[in-house]
Amino acid sequence: MAIVTPENRGLRLVVRYTVLTIIAVIFCFPLVFMIMSSFKPSQQLLTDTGSLRAFLPVGDLSFDNYIEAFARAPIGLFVFNSMFVTGTTVILTLLICSMTAFSFVYLKWRGRGLVLSIILATLIVPFETIVIPLLLLASKLPWLGLHGIEWGWLNSYRVQIIPFVADGLTIFLFVQYFKDLPGELIEAARVEGASWPQIYRRIVMPLSGPVMATAAILKFLAMYNSYLWPLMVVQKEQYRPVMVGLQYFFQLNIAWGEIMAYLSLITVPVLAFYLLLQRAFIASIASTGVKG
Amino acid sequence: MANVVLKDLRKSYGNVDVIKGVDLTINDGEFCVFVGPSGCGKSTLLRMIAGLEDITGGSLAIGDKVVNEVQPKDRGVAMVFQSYAIFPHMTVRENVEFGLTIAKATKAEKEAKVAEAARILQMEHLLDRRPSQLSGGQRQRVAIGRAIVRKPEVFLFDEPLSNLDASLRMDMRMEIGKLHKDLRATMIYVTHDQVEAMTLADKIVVLRDGIVQQIGAPMDLYHHPANLFVAGFIGSPSMNFLDVEVKGRDGDALVVSNGALDPVGVPSTLEATTGTRLKLGIRPQYLRPSTDTQAGKLHGTVTLTERLGSETVVNLRLTDDSALIAALGEDAIFDRGRNVSLSFDPTRAHLFFAE
Repeated sequence: MAIVTPENRGLRLVVRYTVLTIIAVIFCFPLVFMIMSSFKPSQQLLTDTGSLRAFLPVGDLSFDNYIEAFARAPIGLFVFNSMFVTGTTVILTLLICSMTAFSFVYLKWRGRGLVLSIILATLIVPFETIVIPLLLLASKLPWLGLHGIEWGWLNSYRVQIIPFVADGLTIFLFVQYFKDLPGELIEAARVEGASWPQIYRRIVMPLSGPVMATAAILKFLAMYNSYLWPLMVVQKEQYRPVMVGLQYFFQLNIAWGEIMAYLSLITVPVLAFYLLLQRAFIASIASTGVKG
Repeated sequence: MANVVLKDLRKSYGNVDVIKGVDLTINDGEFCVFVGPSGCGKSTLLRMIAGLEDITGGSLAIGDKVVNEVQPKDRGVAMVFQSYAIFPHMTVRENVEFGLTIAKATKAEKEAKVAEAARILQMEHLLDRRPSQLSGGQRQRVAIGRAIVRKPEVFLFDEPLSNLDASLRMDMRMEIGKLHKDLRATMIYVTHDQVEAMTLADKIVVLRDGIVQQIGAPMDLYHHPANLFVAGFIGSPSMNFLDVEVKGRDGDALVVSNGALDPVGVPSTLEATTGTRLKLGIRPQYLRPSTDTQAGKLHGTVTLTERLGSETVVNLRLTDDSALIAALGEDAIFDRGRNVSLSFDPTRAHLFFAE
């Protein structure tokens, strides 16, 4: 092992930070490219991609692409749809998956090990392999609405939300986290008279901030970026999310500048959400070793 | 307050028997200590009383009610854990009043009871702090505070002092003893530390491999151990055991000796015939040295002397090559290698069949 002296310690730090900065800049390139391109006319955008100008605010810059993008697609509606679907799914996922994991970890019922194994096994099933049967199912499911029972879930918010409110990965994250919580806290609460729902609400969930942040971010990204499923189940513009809205820009003449402006706009909620939960997310990843 | 009655209580994990039939009555207001080495089942037994472990067989009654199938919250018990188990996201006040909040006590009632507990445990100034801002001793106070506000019928302590340093442990031990005197509550306390057991208990239950070895008052166990295990476990330093052979009977006493021990009559009710091999137990505190090497009954050479201030512990190698420890007065001076002779009062010695 190399000896760390005061002299080479400073040098090590410089090298370390230089390498980290270079990696960070490389990761920022696509984002910078997208934002810079969103201000450039399509012709200049394509010309600039051959040089470093692609990453610099140079040339004929304007907000024209944004104005055009807003004119071409109802961006506000799409962002609202995505935020509503994503937000509702995240909240329901946290609630349902944490309760499921709570049951697996704390409640002693016969066969829970087997059921958990089956749930975890679903992690290796690609979504694409079940998407057709799921579509057929969703098209025939009943729903009790304001006008009585309706048949078929297509073209709705619920078809984008309900199939995703429970998933193996989130349950697994909660199970692992709950297993690491000190068992004596739960036992102390039991002896103090708390019921299982009270233990869930008053003890376990208040201590689960890091895993909730991790699960929320992972779910948020998956839902906000989902494309295939909403493309299949939503034909009405009224319920269309942002990713499917991208289609509006892939027509005869592909307007790259407008696409970049659209992408820049729809990236804002993701960045805001990530920055909000960043600290808890990193803490949780560092402690669980789960990759985002 | 209530008594606790265990009748043939059993616990198994699959084919492994952990508690093998415990019969015990803990009287109302009694301080009962379960003591034994690691893995003897003492904590399991306490957790069975708390309702945190299922009961495989037998019956457990608290007060007049059999509680085998009763949930922990309905047993009228409060428990203090080894790791304190204070809720880290709550303030001290919220921790202490947790049980009352669950029981939907009024705000005034909670405030009064928390204030009383805080006064008893001298932690009024800690009530608005978070557990992370407390020392180990303060955390333990909070855990005890949480237990006493509910005025349970039975207090359960699971090695509550083992995470504290030596001086704090002694302070808290005295406080728990005082608490028992003040509350006159039934308390069951688990420890592997026989000093805690001796100082706190009205009644000690010595366990080994899930079986009760002896139940009795601390000094009863000290003076009249039922078997070799209890004799070796209770008392510090541990009792010396010498392999001896019965030479005959003299009235109520069995005359025994070995290579390092002159024949001595030890009062005993053991049915042992001449030639039987037995263990002779002598507490280190009951050995007396003699500079006259022919005067005592035991003969050996000093191998190590440890001065503890109040006493001097002398390690000896006896002439039959067995080891012996003597706890002598603070002024005892014995150099290593010196030949000494030791005497003892035979009425304070014990004979056991070898296990």
